[in-house]
Amino acid sequence: MPEKEMIKTVGLNKSFGDLHVLKDIDMTVCESDVVCLIGSSGSGKSTLLRCLNFLEKKNSGSIFLRGKEIELKNVDVNTVRQKVGMVFQHFNLFPHMTVLENVMEAPIHVKKIPKAQAAKEAKELLRKVGLGDKMHVFPSKLSGGQKQRVAIARALAMKPEIMLFDEPTSALDPELVGEVLSTMKELALEGMTMVVVTHEMGFAREVADWIVYMDEGRIIEKARPEDFFQNPKEERTKEFLKTTELK
Amino acid sequence: MPSIGHVFKTLIDSSGLFFDAMLITLQLTIVSIIFGIIIGLFFALLKISNISILGYISDTYVYLIRGTPLIVQIFILYFGISGIFLIPDFWAAAFALAFHNGAYIAEIFRGTIQAVDRGQMEAGRSLGMTKSLTMRRIILPQAFRRSLPPLGNQFIIGLKDSSLAAFISMNELFNVATTLGSNNFDEMTYLIIVAFYYLVLVALLTWLVNSFERKLAISDR
Ligand SMILES: Nc1ncnc2c1ncn2[C@@H]1O[C@H](COP(=O)(O)OP(=O)(O)OP(=O)(O)O)[C@@H](O)[C@H]1O
Ligand SMILES: [Mg+2]
Repeated sequence: MPEKEMIKTVGLNKSFGDLHVLKDIDMTVCESDVVCLIGSSGSGKSTLLRCLNFLEKKNSGSIFLRGKEIELKNVDVNTVRQKVGMVFQHFNLFPHMTVLENVMEAPIHVKKIPKAQAAKEAKELLRKVGLGDKMHVFPSKLSGGQKQRVAIARALAMKPEIMLFDEPTSALDPELVGEVLSTMKELALEGMTMVVVTHEMGFAREVADWIVYMDEGRIIEKARPEDFFQNPKEERTKEFLKTTELK
Repeated sequence: MPSIGHVFKTLIDSSGLFFDAMLITLQLTIVSIIFGIIIGLFFALLKISNISILGYISDTYVYLIRGTPLIVQIFILYFGISGIFLIPDFWAAAFALAFHNGAYIAEIFRGTIQAVDRGQMEAGRSLGMTKSLTMRRIILPQAFRRSLPPLGNQFIIGLKDSSLAAFISMNELFNVATTLGSNNFDEMTYLIIVAFYYLVLVALLTWLVNSFERKLAISDR
């Protein structure tokens, strides 16, 4: 059965002033795939993810969601964003709202879902990420790992078709990384399409369907994890893997 | 200097007159601060709108207000407007004070809105919220909390500044004090009394702002 395309970029370019950050990015993510995006600092991973969500405006190229090109002129970007969930390195929870309110906010105010139903769904999601007992506390009371799981629940509350993660565990104490990764793993097993920027090679090896390696704004290599880690094709990939193993 | 006993006796005797004046001062202050907040928020939003012409309008407003003495603003508004159509003295004074406070409050809001982490706007947008919805639901509530201490300070300044309305013959605290003082050939006594009233009002205002701040802070911790 041919896999169905979820999100695709064709010839995507992005510059910040004179700095050419993304160079002709062609990337396809199929339904239910988990793609781990890796590469050294400054290679453009975050920028690529943010372009997929239109937090950054591309300079040229096309982005397709389920085969339909997203032209900002014709499509309401807010509608697109509802289908594309995003989890940030620094969580970005809303500090003036309780955990439950954080998760209910967008369904109520964007999707106009009745409050009772939004609360019911939010509670289910929070239980699912293991935070059923923290619904009524404020984010400042949570550990980093708990905050990130709330952020995941908050994104899931919009019932996205694809989830983007930008280094979701980089800001966490080492002992809290596992709980977030296992939440993400669970999500992957449920068939969620995911693009994950990460330095967690163990996670990439175990959970990813594809590894995409970026360097200096280009995709250097896209491979299955076993191929990528055992027999990388590109010279630059080999170099990169050497440096990460030293860590 | 008048004796403490004399001041105290005069304070009791004149309390009826001062009470009315205090009400006018309070009304002037409250009205000018409520409108000042609306005006301030409006110009702060213009400033951060990313539309340069609106930013310039906001800058110009703040510059004009901060660059001229309040008494000049009050006179311009009072004589200027009453030359065109009749406006009650109270509202002339209240609007002058509101536009004056508004410039400072605009600066307060601009600062606290910009101090909210950029990630908050991005998180809102990534959930499909529009810019204005994110502003209203996510950014402004956080900015408002941080604005409370400087706003409280501005309220106190606004309260004291309302004394300048005496010069367009509003019978607020300061005007009543100087009038009574010169009628009774006892200026110093009445000045001490009016200072006392201002101190009481400022203490009251400080207490109000502090308890409001505490109430909001509970939910953050
Ligand atoms: N808003 C911006 N304005 C200007 N330059 C930017 C901006 N955002 C990113 N850059 C630059 O673009 C390049 C790529 O940044 P990006 O954040 O995408 O890298 P990254 O691969 O995510 O790196 P890291 O692993 O450090 O997060 C960097 O050189 C960065 O300095
Ligand atoms: Mg990054």
